[in-house]
Amino acid sequence: MGIQVRFFASLRERLQLSECALPFEESMTVEQVWNQVTHNEPIPANLLCALNMEYVSLSHVVKAGDEVAFFPPVTGG
Amino acid sequence: MGVEIRSTAFEPYHELVLYQARMQAAGQYGATAVFVGTMRDFNDGDEVKGMTLEHYPGMTENYLAGICQQAGQRWSIIDSLIIHRVGELLPNDPIVLVAVWSAHRKDAFEASVYLMEELKSKAPFWKKEVLANGHRWVQQNTPGH
Repeated sequence: MGIQVRFFASLRERLQLSECALPFEESMTVEQVWNQVTHNEPIPANLLCALNMEYVSLSHVVKAGDEVAFFPPVTGG
Repeated sequence: MGVEIRSTAFEPYHELVLYQARMQAAGQYGATAVFVGTMRDFNDGDEVKGMTLEHYPGMTENYLAGICQQAGQRWSIIDSLIIHRVGELLPNDPIVLVAVWSAHRKDAFEASVYLMEELKSKAPFWKKEVLANGHRWVQQNTPGH
């Protein structure tokens, strides 16, 4: 079981990537997921991260089967 | 408590009447605070011809249900309703409806402000505007309250 990674809005367009799967590695953080999937793209200053649809920080540890999402500041309402 | 994401146009005042009839709380509420957000035809000095609203299915509904529960713990409210559009919108289309029912006005007023400000600052929606010469992602929401 791997990790599902999703991107939204302007970030999805810029990276030209909506979602992808990563093989799970021990003690992986959200930041390491970003680095692997984007091939070490600089992390945007205003980046928001979610783990299984809850907000988390970049240092949060992921586990097998998790869904990680990255997106820019929200603009609803 | 109601939370709905709509991919087609909705009429907020009609939704209010329908939801209030289903609540079966007649006689209990003395205050209803209602906020309706509507799409403008201008932003940042430019004419805006349309808009696409993207969301994170699942997380958006969870987040909105979570803030409704929080509001229920912080204020004495009888019920709350949030309806939010996604997809293609045109100027004057309703974007969001937030309504709160309570016995007295203070709880309804304060809880509705809380719901709207939490929604604007953290619910995963993103607006992309259609301008005369292309598209533009809205960078961030302005502080409202």
